[in-house]
Amino acid sequence: MKYALFLGCTIPVRSQNYEISARNVAKKLGMDLVDLEEFSCCGFPVKSTSTEAALAIAARNLAIASEKKLEICTLCNACTGVLTEANKHLTDNKELREKVNQDLKKIDKEFKPGVKIRHFDRVLYEDIGLEKINNEVSKNLKDLRVSVHYGCHYLRPKDIYDGFDDPENPKTLDKLIKATGANLIDYKDKLDCCGGAILAVQEQTALKMAKIKLDNVTANNVDALITQCPFCSIMYEDNRNKIETAFNVNFGGLPVLYYTQLLGLGLGLDKNELGFRLNKIKPTNLLEKLGVE
Amino acid sequence: MIDSKKLDPNFKYEVAKEIGGENIKHCFSCGTCTVGCPVRVLDEKYNPRKIIRMVLLGMRERVLKSDFIWLCSQCYTCYDRCPQGVKLTDIMTALKNIAVREGYIHPAFKEQARLLGEHGRLYEIEDFDNKKRNKFGLPPVKKDFEDVKKIIGSSSLKKVIK
Repeated sequence: MKYALFLGCTIPVRSQNYEISARNVAKKLGMDLVDLEEFSCCGFPVKSTSTEAALAIAARNLAIASEKKLEICTLCNACTGVLTEANKHLTDNKELREKVNQDLKKIDKEFKPGVKIRHFDRVLYEDIGLEKINNEVSKNLKDLRVSVHYGCHYLRPKDIYDGFDDPENPKTLDKLIKATGANLIDYKDKLDCCGGAILAVQEQTALKMAKIKLDNVTANNVDALITQCPFCSIMYEDNRNKIETAFNVNFGGLPVLYYTQLLGLGLGLDKNELGFRLNKIKPTNLLEKLGVE
Repeated sequence: MIDSKKLDPNFKYEVAKEIGGENIKHCFSCGTCTVGCPVRVLDEKYNPRKIIRMVLLGMRERVLKSDFIWLCSQCYTCYDRCPQGVKLTDIMTALKNIAVREGYIHPAFKEQARLLGEHGRLYEIEDFDNKKRNKFGLPPVKKDFEDVKKIIGSSSLKKVIK
């Protein structure tokens, strides 16, 4: 099982704990992740200002994977969304494909249909499978209570994702969490957006969106919030102080873990192999509860 | 009050020509988009049904000059739930694309376009970043992408980042 690992912009600079844990989990489960140095930004940051430029940047990355005959495995939801969407539109719409390929000609690249893109957690679900994951879990996490935030672009828009999960009632990440033995705690408005995309546009509104989510998650006395996208984690973890100050609230140091970090704990990986020292909110109590030194 | 003399009846056709703007005329104003919008619940200024209505009426300048078109959080909830397949998230993107070409751009997006135009990525990579990555056992990442700079430099964003 070989995949081209697509890191995007944020993960290699701001979320190395995600990258470290994903690489080590992949190794443990027999996923071969290949680094392609030429992978750039996915195109998402300029989609609002020039859809054509965003499509060209996405198509350039797709062309690179296609030249190497590799499928793309992403870690960030925004990268997943933009690459999947570009792939679908450029495959289905010949006129658009010709237009974008004109742009790509200037850099000696050409988009050809046939590339596959999936989020790391979707690959875990579909290629590794719940049974194998459950069998590989050596440390039962049954003492943990966690809640999950999927992040919008893992699920939506549904017309680009071949119905692999239901955006109104998603189950894939729920099942992946349960496969580690951890208790999954449901909460109000689980599908609400983190607000990350408007943080730089209208900060107070974005922070309020994240605050409401944290209110709903912490109402149930959980040990951690599980995410799978660096933007969502930035909202719930990096912006925690700002949110607590702005709204005069206290979320009691609720840790935010990437799913790969939670799974890694279940697989018995060392805490250094899961990048925990890079978590901005230290999951000290959670690790103690599990007896992880 | 809407001044009918200031309306541009061609605006909806202009939007429909944009990538993602094609289905604008399918809207029958049911409001499913507005009801499920996570931004609208916190800020009434952002009302997707109203924005679509304004476009259909031809309120070109007011829409393109507005700050509310930049408030879509791109969660795609309205896109998925719309009974008419209007693809609202893509309509908002199309409106922002037109606004940019008309000289209206939100500063946050201008900065993102500039970074991509200068480095081909959202963060400038210093030697320090790769040293840090090396310490964590991670491979180095490339600092600059000439190809991406070329794409931005030959797109409509060229004049924005100058």
